[in-house]
Amino acid sequence: MFRFFIRRVALTLPTFVALMFVTFVAVRLVPGDPIEARTGERGIAPERLAMLRHELGLDRPVWQQFLDYANGIVHGDFGVSIVTKTPVLHEFAILFPATLELTLCGLIFAIVLGIPAGVIAAVKRGSFFDHSVMTVALTGYSMPIFWWGLLLIMFMSEYLGLTPVSGRMDLINYYFEPVTGFMLIDSLLSGQEGAFGSAVAHLILPSIVLGTIPLAVIARMTRSSMLEVLGEDYVRTARAKGLSPLRVVGLHALRNALIPVVTVIGLQTGTLLAGAVLTETIFAWPGVGKWLIESIARRDYPALQGGIMLISGIVILVNLIVDLTYVAINPRIRHG
Amino acid sequence: MVDQPLDETILPDGAIIETVPPAPSSLRAFWSAFSENRGAVLGLMVVAFIAFLALFAPLVAPHSPIEQFRQFVQQPPVWAGGTWQFPFGTDAVGRDVLSRLIYGARISLGIGMSVMLVSVVVGIVLGLASAFLRGVVEVVVMRVMDLVVAIPSLVLAILVVAVLGPSLLNTIIAVTVVYLPRYVRLVRAAAIAELSKEYVVAARVAGVGKLRLMFVTVLPNCLAPLIVQAALGISDAILEAAALGFLGLGAQPPIPEWGAMLADSREFIRAAPWIVTLPGLAILVTVVAINLMGDGLRDALDPKLRRS
Repeated sequence: MFRFFIRRVALTLPTFVALMFVTFVAVRLVPGDPIEARTGERGIAPERLAMLRHELGLDRPVWQQFLDYANGIVHGDFGVSIVTKTPVLHEFAILFPATLELTLCGLIFAIVLGIPAGVIAAVKRGSFFDHSVMTVALTGYSMPIFWWGLLLIMFMSEYLGLTPVSGRMDLINYYFEPVTGFMLIDSLLSGQEGAFGSAVAHLILPSIVLGTIPLAVIARMTRSSMLEVLGEDYVRTARAKGLSPLRVVGLHALRNALIPVVTVIGLQTGTLLAGAVLTETIFAWPGVGKWLIESIARRDYPALQGGIMLISGIVILVNLIVDLTYVAINPRIRHG
Repeated sequence: MVDQPLDETILPDGAIIETVPPAPSSLRAFWSAFSENRGAVLGLMVVAFIAFLALFAPLVAPHSPIEQFRQFVQQPPVWAGGTWQFPFGTDAVGRDVLSRLIYGARISLGIGMSVMLVSVVVGIVLGLASAFLRGVVEVVVMRVMDLVVAIPSLVLAILVVAVLGPSLLNTIIAVTVVYLPRYVRLVRAAAIAELSKEYVVAARVAGVGKLRLMFVTVLPNCLAPLIVQAALGISDAILEAAALGFLGLGAQPPIPEWGAMLADSREFIRAAPWIVTLPGLAILVTVVAINLMGDGLRDALDPKLRRS
C-alpha cells in the first residue's frame, strides 16, 4: 500500500518536468517578440530594445533560460508578468480564489442535482423520469457551454432581469477589501447588508453554465453504477429482510454505487478548469481562465507559461489525490 | 458480435443437439443491432442531413455566406416578422444567417472529420508501435500521452494555437493534439489484449512478418472500439473547435464557423437574439446527433461496453 503510494507519487515527477519543458518550449515558439508587442506601432530604439531584452534574460542561451525557469519553479518563482511587472504566482494567487469559488459552486450544483437524478432514474428505470434524465444528460453532455451561457444571460438577465450579467459583485453599491478572496465569505465578513445576496446572484448563472457538463456526466455515471449495484445479491437480501425501499436504496446501494461516481467527480477537475476559461470569458469573471486568454492577446510569455504550468499542476495533483483516495477506499485495485 | 440464437433439435432419446444457424453477414448483423436503437437511427438521419447540407452548400444555401446585404442589416428571421428572402434573418453586417449556418456545417464537420481521421491514423501507428515494440518506444509514447492528458484540454488547445497562430488549420492541429491520447491508448490496449491470443501466436509461428502481423492480422480485431471512439471523437472535436472559435483563437472572420459566429454575436444579445441562438443550436443539434449515433454504434459493435 505504502509502496504503491510512493510509486504513484514518483510517477508524477517526470510529468511535471515534461510539463515545464513543454510550457517553456511552446512559449518560446509563440510568434512575435514580447517587447515589440508591447511597444506596438511606435517602434523602439535598438539600444533600449537590447537593454530590455537583457533585463528579461531574453538575450541568454535558450538552455540557460530553461534551467533558470526550472530552477525558479522549484523555488516557487514562476516568473514576472511582462505587462503588470508583478510575479506570476502573485497574480495567480489573487485570481485563483475567484476561479476556485466558481469551480466549487459549479461542482456543488452538478453533484446536488446529478446524484439524486441518477439515483431516481436508476430506481425508476424505464420510466418517463428516467428517459427525461437521460435526454437532459445527453443534451448537457453535448452542450457548447459558451452558447449556453449566452442563452442564460439572454433569458435570465436581459429578458427576466433576475440575475446580473457579469462580474462577481455589484461594485457600485458595495466595496470591501478582499480577505479570503472568496466573494461569498468576504461579503459576509464585510457586514454590508445585501453584499452577500449580490455575491450569490452573481454566482448563479456562471455556476450553472460551468456545472452543466459535470452534471450530465455525474447523472449518467450515478445511474449506471446504481443500476449495477441494485442487481447485486446483498441488495436483494436487504429487500428480503423487509427493509424499507428508501433504506435499501439510500443506505445499502448508494454507498457502493458512489465509489465510481466519486472518482468521476474527481476527474472532472480538468473539465471544470477548462470550462472555467469559457465561463469566465462569457461572464467577465475575474479568474485565472480569463487572465490566461488575456495573456495570449498581450503576448505576456511568463504569465502564459506560469499560468498553464500552475493550472496543469493543480489538475495533476488533484488527479493524483483522486487516484490515491480511490485506492485507499477500494482495496480491490490496490495492487493492479 | 451478436449473440446468435441456438436452434435446438430434440432427438427421440431426449438428447438436445444445438446447432448454430448460419451467421448473417456481419454488415447485416450490425445494421439489425444498430437499427434497434431508435435514438441512434434518428442521430444518423440528422447527421446525414447536415452532411448533405455541408456537401451541397453552394446549391442549398440561398446566398453567399460572406456577401453583406447592407440594406438588410439585422433582419429578424421569418417567424419573427422577417421575410423569406432571409429565412433565418441577417447578422450585424447584413449577411444571411441561414447561408452562414449551412456553410458553417462544412467547416464544423470538416474539422470534426479531419481531426478524427488524423487521430485514427496516428493513433493506430503509435498505438500498434507501442504494443508491438514495447521497450523505449512504448515508454516514450505513453509518457507523452500521459502528459497531454494531464493538461486540461482547452488550455492545451489554447497553448497550441498561441504557438501556431489562430487559423482553421491550426485549430485542427490543436484539437488533434488534445484528443490523440485516447486513440493511442485505446489501440495499444486492444492490440496488447489481442497479442496474447492464439491466432496471433499461430500467425507468428507461420512466419508472418511484423508489419503484416500488425496491420493485417491484429488491427482488424481492434477496430470495433476504435470506430466507436472515432464517432464520438468527431463530436468532441466539433465542440472543442467551436470553443476555440468562440474565444477568437479558431477560424478567423469572415469564415462562417459556428463558434466564431457566436463570438461575433455577443454584443447583439438584446438587439438580434437570433444571431446568438441559431449558431449555438446548430452546434448542439450536430453534437447531440453524433453522440446518439456513436452510442448506437457502441451498442451494436461493442456489446461489452454497452451502458446498462
